[in-house]
Amino acid sequence: MLPHLSLLVITLMLLLLPRVSFANGKILATPGVAQVEGSGGGGLVPWAQLAGYATEDEVAFSVFCSQAIVKNFQLNSCGGQINFYDRLELSFAKQNFDVEPLSLTLSQQIIGLKVRLYGDFIYSTWPQLSLGIQHKLLDTPAVAFTLGAQHDSGTDIYLAASKLHLGLLAGYNVLWNVTARYTKANEMGLLGFGGPNGNGTLQTEVSVAVLLNKHLAIGSEYRTKPDNLGLNESDWQDVFVAWFVNKHFNVTFAYLDLGAIATIPKQKGWYLSLSGSY
Amino acid sequence: MAKLVCKSLPKCGFNFFNGFFIMLTLLLSIGCSSSVTENVAKHSTKEGEQLYYTIGGQAGIERLVNAFVKRIAQDQVILPYFAKSSVKHFKQGFINHLCATVNGPCKYTGDTMIDIHTGMNINEGDFNHVVELLILAMEDVGISYQSQNKILAKLAPLRAKIIKI
Repeated sequence: MLPHLSLLVITLMLLLLPRVSFANGKILATPGVAQVEGSGGGGLVPWAQLAGYATEDEVAFSVFCSQAIVKNFQLNSCGGQINFYDRLELSFAKQNFDVEPLSLTLSQQIIGLKVRLYGDFIYSTWPQLSLGIQHKLLDTPAVAFTLGAQHDSGTDIYLAASKLHLGLLAGYNVLWNVTARYTKANEMGLLGFGGPNGNGTLQTEVSVAVLLNKHLAIGSEYRTKPDNLGLNESDWQDVFVAWFVNKHFNVTFAYLDLGAIATIPKQKGWYLSLSGSY
Repeated sequence: MAKLVCKSLPKCGFNFFNGFFIMLTLLLSIGCSSSVTENVAKHSTKEGEQLYYTIGGQAGIERLVNAFVKRIAQDQVILPYFAKSSVKHFKQGFINHLCATVNGPCKYTGDTMIDIHTGMNINEGDFNHVVELLILAMEDVGISYQSQNKILAKLAPLRAKIIKI
């Protein structure tokens, strides 16, 4: 239900656009897209850029809906972000995770806050630097506790650095983001927080992309994950194409390799994300 | 195809991704070599002057600046910044400045970026909007995406001497 509702909201927003003033101070594609936990970023990794096209004197509102379908699982994540003056990003995401072998759905809500500490993604000498948190509340903790998780909520803290290099590779713009995340979350929080093997570790997440033209980016992401439950939790990776139709609408399509989830191996599949901003 | 190779190798998952990066590298190197041949064919150039010739030399820069002025003239947000400017003076100055910026055989002798923009109090959004108008102008005169980015890379460091002063 939720994805359809959000699609409706995005459509409505696009229809209303000509009637409202909007934040458009950033250059197309430079804010990136919506991350699966609600923050502005790539699909998997929260980036140092803040969501939406707001610059120093603008406020941007964005909504998104993403769907990941791998062999035995399906994730739907919808939410939105408010970007205050390119300084503070407030985000929300609601995730529903269908576990097909057990015919059940796990749900969590994530509230995020990100502050830009330094720099500009394009123009500053050093990379843009942001500090963020993602506070996660698991609505369906029974499975997590059965597997040995210690908590049904947790707060990730991350530091992200990102930079766009104009014309770096044969004239094409290249961008990268590196994020260090302190987290207790098992499978992003859907299997709870902490466990017999650990209760908080530092993880690394990396994204690289090339802009093929001003509307189209291709890239790849890699995200390490802890193994608190001792289920050989896998790192995640993707290869993506993001199409920035204009400053109000973008579509991301990705091929995912999520490794083993809850010991069920070879979770590969597809990811589609739609996002609207004004 | 990737699947066939996969069966005999452990760590299958990475093949697809390796393949992607190889493709990406190939794609970029093709883009690179084609633009290099393009300008070697036209001119034998000194080190660093390629960009100037790739975008059509002096005539190319004049075409670009004319297109840029047209774009500004049609823009309600940016035009007011030019209320007290002479179009002729701006064109001459920017042609010369751009030529020097892309390592062309020119020397920019006009006012400094700081002198020109002091008191204009240009914010980040309007600065980016001018960048967008310049990109549109580069598209208008048929400058390739790769050359556009190289020009922007040379202009980007000037931002600190232009905004919020």
